[in-house]
Amino acid sequence: MKVTIDGQSIDVEPGTTILQAARMIGGDLVPPAMCYYSKLKGSGGKCRCCLVEVSKGSEADPRPMPKLMASCVTGCMDGMEVNSKSSARVTEARKSVTEFLLINHPLDCPICDQAGECDLQNLSFEHGNPKSRFIEEKRTFEPEDIGPNIQLHMNRCILCQRCVQVADQLTDNRVHGVLDRGDHANISTGISKAIDNEFSGNMIDVCPVGALTDKTFRFKSRVWFNKPYNAHRECTTPGCCGKTTVWMFGGEIQRVTGRKDEYHEVEEFICNSCRFDHKNVNDWVIEGPREFEKDSVINQNNYTQKLEKVEIDTEKNILLGRDIDRKKISMAAIPLTTNDKK
Amino acid sequence: MSIETISLSGRKKVVSNKEMTFIERLYLVAIVKGLFITLKHLFRKKITIHYPEQVREMSPVYRGQHMLKRDEQGRENCTACGLCALSCPAEAITMKAAERKADEKHLYREEKYAEIYEINMLRCIFCGLCEEACPKDAIYLTTSKVLVPASYEREDFIFGKDKLVMPLEMAIKNAQLNNAN
Repeated sequence: MKVTIDGQSIDVEPGTTILQAARMIGGDLVPPAMCYYSKLKGSGGKCRCCLVEVSKGSEADPRPMPKLMASCVTGCMDGMEVNSKSSARVTEARKSVTEFLLINHPLDCPICDQAGECDLQNLSFEHGNPKSRFIEEKRTFEPEDIGPNIQLHMNRCILCQRCVQVADQLTDNRVHGVLDRGDHANISTGISKAIDNEFSGNMIDVCPVGALTDKTFRFKSRVWFNKPYNAHRECTTPGCCGKTTVWMFGGEIQRVTGRKDEYHEVEEFICNSCRFDHKNVNDWVIEGPREFEKDSVINQNNYTQKLEKVEIDTEKNILLGRDIDRKKISMAAIPLTTNDKK
Repeated sequence: MSIETISLSGRKKVVSNKEMTFIERLYLVAIVKGLFITLKHLFRKKITIHYPEQVREMSPVYRGQHMLKRDEQGRENCTACGLCALSCPAEAITMKAAERKADEKHLYREEKYAEIYEINMLRCIFCGLCEEACPKDAIYLTTSKVLVPASYEREDFIFGKDKLVMPLEMAIKNAQLNNAN
């Protein structure tokens, strides 16, 4: 089946969604996704960040789809034509979705441990409005303790339900889920049970915002002060690959996460023992530094990279100097530029 | 105009070796000319000032020693987000964050605070980028004329929170001023 996204065509298998096809092409046209996670079955269709415009339904039925479609749950049809970044309608819709997601978000990025690798931060950086139009009071929840390793900040949650799917698909016995409805909907264990499954730590990795963070890393350091290294160890837990990214500050391991790809999805899930209990360098075989994106926050303040030239709009007089100074030191006879000669 | 004839000072004169006349050799004209220049300068506007009594006007963009601000309730603004350290081109700032305890709510404004906050004053170039990066209005470069006091020990130039945080009395005074206005 041939699909065209933003003018670029690709042949895909039947059953591929538009988002998957876009990721196969790669580049700028890939729609942002907050709830879709390729490693989790049944994810997607909740956040509406990945809306695209289908300008031609298929070869058999070339009518455009009247509304914007969520690309993560819309299957490709033969001859389909999709506008993602090139469509003004899509850009406008993503902007609005971002605004909706940020309505109840506390915007406490200076405190949040996820800042720097947060999908919502990236989304609002690209599509968001720097000013909020929301003047009402934000929705808040009472803090809930869900165990010794994972910190839940319900205020930051955008209800993508990735963590619920992780619990469903990786562990045999889910103890948390979405409680209540509408504005009161929240992730909770209901009767304040601790989540202590061996794979529960993956909830931290799949969480697109800072709602679920690592308690062993809580306020320890900022993401951008650490250097990520690929590492592995012999893990005896069944189902754990033992391949991780360790975040080092000097010779110390600050935290351990799964290896995340360019869409911030983990390549393989890891167990809690790798994630929380092994913070000693001797536990790990360090393979080497992990590659990160060029515009990643880890690369910030790197003065060795080539920076763009900054043009400063100074007043004309500053560039010319004060009149009294010019009389004193200069050369009235010599014009500053060749144009002034006349 | 060619590069050879350009005068950078604007006062370049080409020297000639011609023979002086009798009047010129008396030097009387030259002496009177010189004295006249001296006299002229007597009546000019002075460019020096009487320093301790008179003080020159400071630049409006003057940046002095740093201060970590407190809000009107006397709580520290800084939340140890690390953006000042990230933006610092001289890498002078280091910090360590800690979680606020339940009984420390009157001390720190946010859930997280800087337990250790250090600026290496030997590294700092007073560029003000930390002030610009701060999302919490916490760090400011003051108009203090004391930049870094002299010392014999290198350790003395690493300013910790004891030297950087705004004194509580100042915060109280600011709050009173704000309320009065």
